[in-house]
Amino acid sequence: MTTKRSRSGFRRIATAVVTVAALGGALVACAPQAGAGTAEGSASDLEAALEAGGTITYWSWTPSAEAQVAAFEKAYPKVDVKLVNAGTNTEEYTKLQNAIKAGSGAPDVAQIEYYAMPQFALSDSLLDLSAYGLDELEDQYTASTWGSVNIDGKLYGLPQDSGPMALFYNATVFDQFGIAVPTTWDEYIAAGEQLHAADPTKYITSDTGDSGFATSMIWQAGGHPFDVDGADITVDLADEGSAKWADTWNQLLEKDLLSDIPGWSDEWFKGLGDGTIASLVVGAWMPGVLESSVPDAAGDWRVAPIPTYDGEPVSAENGGGGQAVLKQSKNPALAAAFLEWLNSDPESIKIFGESGGFPSTVAELESEDFVNQESEYFGGQKINEVLTQAASDVLPGWSYLPYQVYANSIFGDTVGQAYANKSDLNAGLATWQKQLVDYGNEQGFDVKG
Amino acid sequence: MTTLSKLDAPAAPSPSKVHGAPTPGRKVKARLDWRGWAFVGPFMAVFVLVFIAPIVYAVYLSLFREQLMGGNAFVGLENFGEVFTDTQFWESFLRVLLFLVVQVPIMLLMALAAALAIDSARLHVAGFFRIVIFLPYAVPGVVAVLMWGFIYGGNFGLAANINDLLGFEAITPFAREWILASIGNIVTWEFVGYNMLIFYAALRTIPTELYEAAELDGAGPFRVITGIKIPALRGAIVISTIFSIIGSFQLFNEPNILKPLAPNIITTFFTPNMYAYNLSFSGQQYNYSATVAIVMGLITAVIAYVVQLRGSRKEER
Repeated sequence: MTTKRSRSGFRRIATAVVTVAALGGALVACAPQAGAGTAEGSASDLEAALEAGGTITYWSWTPSAEAQVAAFEKAYPKVDVKLVNAGTNTEEYTKLQNAIKAGSGAPDVAQIEYYAMPQFALSDSLLDLSAYGLDELEDQYTASTWGSVNIDGKLYGLPQDSGPMALFYNATVFDQFGIAVPTTWDEYIAAGEQLHAADPTKYITSDTGDSGFATSMIWQAGGHPFDVDGADITVDLADEGSAKWADTWNQLLEKDLLSDIPGWSDEWFKGLGDGTIASLVVGAWMPGVLESSVPDAAGDWRVAPIPTYDGEPVSAENGGGGQAVLKQSKNPALAAAFLEWLNSDPESIKIFGESGGFPSTVAELESEDFVNQESEYFGGQKINEVLTQAASDVLPGWSYLPYQVYANSIFGDTVGQAYANKSDLNAGLATWQKQLVDYGNEQGFDVKG
Repeated sequence: MTTLSKLDAPAAPSPSKVHGAPTPGRKVKARLDWRGWAFVGPFMAVFVLVFIAPIVYAVYLSLFREQLMGGNAFVGLENFGEVFTDTQFWESFLRVLLFLVVQVPIMLLMALAAALAIDSARLHVAGFFRIVIFLPYAVPGVVAVLMWGFIYGGNFGLAANINDLLGFEAITPFAREWILASIGNIVTWEFVGYNMLIFYAALRTIPTELYEAAELDGAGPFRVITGIKIPALRGAIVISTIFSIIGSFQLFNEPNILKPLAPNIITTFFTPNMYAYNLSFSGQQYNYSATVAIVMGLITAVIAYVVQLRGSRKEER
């Protein structure tokens, strides 16, 4: 459909405009038309593909990828997997998007986070894995991660990790100032006031506006701001859950209780190490990051369940993602076979867990070994007890926009302004909503909001 | 042309015949000589490929609109109409315009002062100063901005140290009201040396006889500057100004690299180039992005042309 339109458009312009324009048009025509590998396959094809061997490319930024690829190649010597680190999240998505747009250059298998999955599914650039029978793996994964890779009844990827949210706090700082671990958001705000009053250089947490964090917090508050049904979308960033979060967070923001150190900057890691930032509300993949990037604070940090609004345990997913097979793949059966091994073979999942990843597979989450593992960094605490509990407390029914990567990119322009001015987040969310509605309608969706 | 065709003709017609009717059956004038193209051919091929084709492709893109849902459609000049009412675009344009009128004069005056000082022959180790002032230009732009990002850091950077020393927040480079000045400072630091070198090179071309004559006429050093050096620099100043205008309108590296450090202050449409970049790479609005780039290119070309006209008119006087 797209193909025909662009071709007739090309013809129109080529005849209408002078020869010079035809040159440009010729360049456009060079881009191959979408969808090379749409071959139907079955489960037996995967075995055959592994037997036959071949070469595939895999884009990932997970620390475990190298060891996983090595183990795979050892198990299947005929297969050669070329691992490429094409950058972390949006960096990779930009490259992936460009390769899809150009019609060539995309890898066979790529790491895609849950929030970005709908965007790539929508552009019809991912293979429906149920063609190879991978939908039968459903029971292996947690419901929330499985739901994140199933879009409109098609299976676009296999989950790798998950990020149920928990409260990570610096116990040394908490003890020093006699702060009890908060279980509700009211207590969390009170803890923030107490800490900052006792030592003005310290903050309960840092937040300069992070779309991933904000959407997860709205998720935890029971909000459903994005309702997606094919091309019909409703954006309501003023729904009960969204407002609940904004009203709560407003208190921290307006009382100047949030550190303005931007997340993931060098200053941020330093602040996590020296007690300037005393806690973080973040996904379960954080322990690996703390261990590798904040080694000085070993023994200081602990994990507790995420505070809630009414004391009843409830959590949300923050980050996490899986891998998908690109339609551009010339060997989709082999790519799917690699993906199946990567995210369901016990050996691969073991490697993933050892590198600090938090799995999405039920077997691992329920295994005694995993749950009772004592973390040296966290002072011997059995952190997985807390984190696996968080995984089962995740609220179901959340969905992201089919253009969430773009939505997140303009978060700073909109909600970020409320952060910068220390003003009402509800107003910032309203601006974000307006721009998301406008963009969606411009892009051919039917967006209400 | 005539010379070439004369060479072509094996039997050169006599001068009297040139003015008469051409020899029947031989169209000397109409015959095209393709030998010249063999020489410019390689250049033209590369020129068309890397200059003409991208521009034409951008123009082609700007006439279409491709949607995530619903495919591609020809929209004529609709995208251009949209640019003219796009508040984000004009906000970013006004921002770089403000940057231009403040930063460029400061930078060029500093470069001029440095060039005149080094050329004055009154400076000890002039060669040392020349290389040190030029050195920042040799530092890769991205590295320079990262380094300044550390210096500007409000919590652990040099700015934080000074604030600690003074006891209050004296320096806030990433605050909304200072961010443009902070970027201007980086750009000035980077490009003073480059512009100084252009000026200095122009100063070295002034014949020494002029200085001797001025000395004999009793002109002091400042009279030499206003009477000889500045007029001789006019062409170099025009060139530097045009380069700086283009550079200001294309401001991208510095704000884009500082964005993670000031995520809410530096928006995705902070400068026109950042706007175009984010439109295409996060918004997938390739068509509109191309339109923004074309409009910005046209504005830059017009302003640079006006500056050149004014500059050369003064020169004729």
